[in-house]
Amino acid sequence: MSYNFKETMNKPERLAPGHRMCAGCGGTIAVRNVLRGLHEGDKAVIGNATGCLEVSTFTYPYTAWEDSYIHNAFENAGATLSGVEGAYKALKKKGKLNETYKFITFGGDGGTYDIGFQSLSGAMERNHDLVYVCYDNGAYMNTGIQRSSATPMYADTTTTPVGTESNGKPQNRKDLAAIIAAHDVPYVAQTTFVQNFKDLHVKSEKAIYTPGAAFLNIMAPCPRGWRYNTPDIMEICKLGVETCYWPLFEVVEGKWILNYEPKKKLPVEDFLRPQGRFKHLFKKGNEHLLEAFQKEVDRRWEELLFRCSR
Amino acid sequence: MAKRDRLSGNEAVAIALRQINPDVFPAFPITPSTEIPQYFASFVANGQVDTEFIPVESEHSSMSAAIGASAAGARSLTATSSCGLAYMWEELYIAASNRLPLALALVNRALSGPININCDHSDSMGARDSGWIQMYAENNQEAYDNMVQAYRISEHKDVRLPIMICQDGFITSHAVENIELLEDEEVKKFVGEYSPENYLLNPECPMAVGPYSITDYYMEAKRNQAEGMKHVSQVVLDVAKEYAGISGRAYGLFEEYRMEDAERAVVMIGSAAGTTKDAIDRLREKGEKVGLIKIRLYRPFPASEIAEALKNVKAVAIMDRAEGYTNHGGPLGADVMSALYRARGNALAVNYIYGLGGRDVRVEDMEGVFEALKQIIEEGGAGEAYRYLGLRE
Repeated sequence: MSYNFKETMNKPERLAPGHRMCAGCGGTIAVRNVLRGLHEGDKAVIGNATGCLEVSTFTYPYTAWEDSYIHNAFENAGATLSGVEGAYKALKKKGKLNETYKFITFGGDGGTYDIGFQSLSGAMERNHDLVYVCYDNGAYMNTGIQRSSATPMYADTTTTPVGTESNGKPQNRKDLAAIIAAHDVPYVAQTTFVQNFKDLHVKSEKAIYTPGAAFLNIMAPCPRGWRYNTPDIMEICKLGVETCYWPLFEVVEGKWILNYEPKKKLPVEDFLRPQGRFKHLFKKGNEHLLEAFQKEVDRRWEELLFRCSR
Repeated sequence: MAKRDRLSGNEAVAIALRQINPDVFPAFPITPSTEIPQYFASFVANGQVDTEFIPVESEHSSMSAAIGASAAGARSLTATSSCGLAYMWEELYIAASNRLPLALALVNRALSGPININCDHSDSMGARDSGWIQMYAENNQEAYDNMVQAYRISEHKDVRLPIMICQDGFITSHAVENIELLEDEEVKKFVGEYSPENYLLNPECPMAVGPYSITDYYMEAKRNQAEGMKHVSQVVLDVAKEYAGISGRAYGLFEEYRMEDAERAVVMIGSAAGTTKDAIDRLREKGEKVGLIKIRLYRPFPASEIAEALKNVKAVAIMDRAEGYTNHGGPLGADVMSALYRARGNALAVNYIYGLGGRDVRVEDMEGVFEALKQIIEEGGAGEAYRYLGLRE
């Protein structure tokens, strides 16, 4: 699969403009670029867990989706697409369908890490030929920035507010990509919006065209929830990767592969500083919180390097 | 040519499903419905069906996957009981509001708690307002016959609503009875091919399913479901008529047993109707004018037809195998009494809660109910109209 940036970017949009997502939303950027992984001529059924993406792109009687699309509920995007893929196999077997279809479902971290976790786990374990894409913005943004198990430690959310007795979310985020890799699926990858989207485009195509279940975890910043200057999204993503907060990696048939190693690993505070949700970490007297955050990033990075060295 | 056999209710339904050969069957086991997917899995393993059988990780996912498959253009179904139905409750509404013709083989079992694996109707009664068609069976034969007719009703272009085919846990699902099966080819021909108009996997035209619908449209969507429901009774009767032609077995919206001159009647759902028929036969031998209305179609509720059937009855006992916690009776009681009120019926009515969690109902118990009705007529009033049958006190 040789990669051509211009060709990829010139593919027709499969999520039409005119939807109601916020300006600068990372979720929409993730969707449009994942769908560029589809080969022209191939059809797709897109699934979607309840969330910002669903309520803003398919408000009756309008849809922004060029492909067939199904939203069922919040916690069952994995199971719903399992059924769609089962129907595809059945109709093919009975000779009722000739076309090639691909199956891609999108969920935010709420629908993926948390309430939809069981349904996702089932779909992955059964190895349906589908891709589950999590656009991870690290909180329940649709309902108003509540914490999720993807929310990083110390983030200020509406259910882990910073206060006199609170430094924000007390727990570390769940490492979902590693958990899905432990399901022994053929393809797992973590990515975000860097390198002119090459990493995301290449991984999306691989995920879509790898037979069996695939999982993509995409860091997709939310300007409202993270409280950064909206046009700076690409810079935020770059800092996420350069600080090793959000490493780029793949797990192909169980083999862990590091896709990018910064020449000079930046301190995580460079990633945290532009974000209002971490403002309190930079107050005098909170240096130990930044230290603890850095320690956790280092621990996870070392763990990843170890996995990728085997 | 019909084939005679001896089968449990679960096996009978599984055989009907083999004969139908649906496209997608996601399922999760729960007592007492477990055997249905279990038998079916062996049909898949032995190449007797082409179905994609998806052994999912929960009932929420079995209904979610059945919805996905049905929206995609496949004939799909699942099977469950009790807490499994409760767990997929959210999805029941979504299936109905998406106007998806899919089937659910429900084996009625009490809801927890305390946890209990035996029969009552609390599970399906909890789902009675979810927008599903609900059909109930007295015995294995009816469970089989209802399953064969299910898709013809559910997929009918004027209906397009999901259908729940209910039978009583253990009493029907596990007890082995004589049964008459249709030939495989007869069933296939009767059920026919499924050709939806709009579906996800239609290469000619993509489709979007499951919109966010604000106040501008939500109410109209709900009303449209109700319009579909209005057509169900006629379709049920039409399909039953055609089915009688190939099976020799006649079905309606409900069965009237010895109702022609009945002064006292029982209205009930499910297997205890068989027990009640025995009680009626005994009492009829003594010259007592007693009869039974056994509900087959509970949603939509054939209110005016039932009121008409009770027109000449002096007293009626409505039997609920589920509590309603209204302090005045169960759901069937509310439906029948409302039907009588609208029809300005004169029958005195009493509502019994019975058989919860598998509590046995004997012929003598039902004779006692008819005796109580006699007293109500003599006294000219129902007295306490919310009663329990067979309660240990």
